[in-house]
Amino acid sequence: MTVQELPGAGASHRSTPPPAWRPRTDAAPLLPDPEPYRVLGTPAAEKLDPELMRRCYAELVRGRRYNAQATALTRQGRLAVYPSTVGQEACEIAAALVLEEQDWLFPSYRDTLAAVARGLDPVQALTLLRGDWHTGYDPREYRIAPLCTPLATQLPHAVGLAHAARLRGDDVVALALVGDGGTSEGDFHEALNFAAVWQAPVVFLVQNNGFAISVPLAKQTAAPTLAHKAVGYGMPGRLVDGNDIAAVHEVLSDAVRRARAGGGPTLIEAVTYRIEAHTNADDATRYRGDAEVEAWKAHDPVELLERELTARGMLDEAGIREAKEAAEAMAATLRDRMNAEPVLDPMDLFENVYAEQTGRLREQAEMLRAELDAEEQS
Amino acid sequence: MAQALQRAMRDAMAQDPTVHVMGEDVGTLGGVFRITDGLAKEFGEERCTDTPLAEAGILGAAVGMAMYGLRPVVEMQFDAFAYPAFEQLISHVAKMRNRTRGAMPLPITIRVPYGGGIGGVEHHSDSSEAYYAATPGLHVVTPATVEDAYGLLRASIASDDPVVFLEPKRLYWSKAQWDPAAPAAVPGIGKALVRRTGASATLITYGPSLPVCLEAAEAAREEGWDLEVVDLRSLVPFDEETVMASVRRTGRAVVVHEANGFAGPGAEIVARIQEKCFHHLEAPVLRVTGFDIPYPPPMLEKHHLPGVDRILDTVARLQWEN
Ligand SMILES: Cc1ncc(C[n+]2csc(CCOP(=O)(O)OP(=O)(O)O)c2C)c(N)n1
Repeated sequence: MTVQELPGAGASHRSTPPPAWRPRTDAAPLLPDPEPYRVLGTPAAEKLDPELMRRCYAELVRGRRYNAQATALTRQGRLAVYPSTVGQEACEIAAALVLEEQDWLFPSYRDTLAAVARGLDPVQALTLLRGDWHTGYDPREYRIAPLCTPLATQLPHAVGLAHAARLRGDDVVALALVGDGGTSEGDFHEALNFAAVWQAPVVFLVQNNGFAISVPLAKQTAAPTLAHKAVGYGMPGRLVDGNDIAAVHEVLSDAVRRARAGGGPTLIEAVTYRIEAHTNADDATRYRGDAEVEAWKAHDPVELLERELTARGMLDEAGIREAKEAAEAMAATLRDRMNAEPVLDPMDLFENVYAEQTGRLREQAEMLRAELDAEEQS
Repeated sequence: MAQALQRAMRDAMAQDPTVHVMGEDVGTLGGVFRITDGLAKEFGEERCTDTPLAEAGILGAAVGMAMYGLRPVVEMQFDAFAYPAFEQLISHVAKMRNRTRGAMPLPITIRVPYGGGIGGVEHHSDSSEAYYAATPGLHVVTPATVEDAYGLLRASIASDDPVVFLEPKRLYWSKAQWDPAAPAAVPGIGKALVRRTGASATLITYGPSLPVCLEAAEAAREEGWDLEVVDLRSLVPFDEETVMASVRRTGRAVVVHEANGFAGPGAEIVARIQEKCFHHLEAPVLRVTGFDIPYPPPMLEKHHLPGVDRILDTVARLQWEN
């Protein structure tokens, strides 16, 4: 039954809506392509920039090693928890590499690797997960917002910051990371809507790694893809193979360029997979089988790039060895630094609750001081 | 305790087909704490549902389901992740009976794992009970023992009013023996219990702080203090009778909880005691609470949480002169 056939919808009842109410007719270019965009293994790879790709490769190898090291640190009890990004390194690295110095990154709790690739000191990046402080760095120094634990709540922040920068006439783009599960939260929708209405220079990158803890994408959304969500807000949606760093880098770069030029926000869905469990506290065997994991391991982001670059003569044995050695050196330093006991002063509990300490906090601080003194004496 | 909570939902679902469990990861995974383990298998995914990841959506949908005659039991994954649902909770869940002049009660149980002491990173250890207790229209209960976990959850699901059911997550794995065949010891929502009788002062507490208070009461014997310990079990309604009777007997009281002190539940309890038992008091009523700071990182939480020593130091100050 078409609209015209509906009872009461006859032509005599209809009036032409006033012009301002007409729907936008330019939605088609906003729609994502039905297949994730790929570069590696396609003719498009011919145009790869060797220098950029070698850098991507070195970062990917370092990222993989970083993941392994951080996971090892949880086993040794050095980290309270670590949400691994094994398999997702291409998204993490590309997100860090496409930003200029003055741009901002808004990571979720899973995105330590993106923060480190952007230049954050790895030990500072792990402070939250080690449990000594909530955020181990000054966000303004690195232009990296605090790793965000409540899902999707960092997205409106990214919009606001980008908007403020534009109001001030600054050339700043904000790139916000979120998981597939996070796209269900109200904050995700509100952020996208604000960004589109304000034409804010923001890029949203959804890392669709298949699961929100145990819940698969099919139970999360009925949309054809997460990238389709963009259209409803009036921004372009892009679908990309999240394990193909050349593709992710290109799609992100386009979106960043567009945002910088005043073209407004973009929503990008990177299709990837979480190879390891949600965190070390999760038992992934309860909700997924080995076959699925193995199939994704065969589409590994590090191997995809390595294969392409060696086939094209852009990378040789020496280059591979060099990347691995640099990664090992990073891991060794990280291990040593993380093995040093953090020195904490319990009295810091009362610092930075307010710009000026309140009387009540001073009282509570005195109480703790007395307890600590008594402990020392006994 | 985890097992008792799971059993309570199972029994309620078996008895009443309108009971529906829903939340993030509650189905296949059985919840991140495994409290809903097996329910989806036994009752099907329609009655134990993995929802999309959206707390406002979960609770808002539960409102609609309850409007249509179901009894939703909603799981919020962690204390601090319930906050997106506050709009639904405060504007609708708490007020629907009142707004509709009694025509539309909402029998929703909202299970919230809460509190610290498990080494969780930020946003995983909040004690949010004061927000709930400050909202008229909500019941707020919190079990401290395995028996109460079962009995109180059954009573909450059976209640025709919305109940915020706070689960002290550090007691999930308590090793206490429990006989599921034994009848529930809980007479319903709103009754406190004297867990330990004593003559020289009353410790008033609930949830995660109960075991700490019982330990402190044992330790206090050496100092010559014979402490009574009252477990509130329900913050709203507040069992004035049991609390006042105890304070009248002992003449001295300390309220203990790990939530922040300022405008925390203890402030209300102390005020009521001063109002009702002023003439029986031998000393001011004191509080031992968490500091008035955002919940600290795991490496420092032991300094924030009320421990035995801090309780004993405070009890010593009840030797009031002038
Ligand atoms: C508001 C909120 N609700 C619940 C949680 C608990 N939680 C942490 S991670 C997670 C799953 C997130 O899945 P997704 O967004 O797909 O990201 P991924 O972990 O896969 O990177 C959940 C439910 C949270 N952190 N914040």
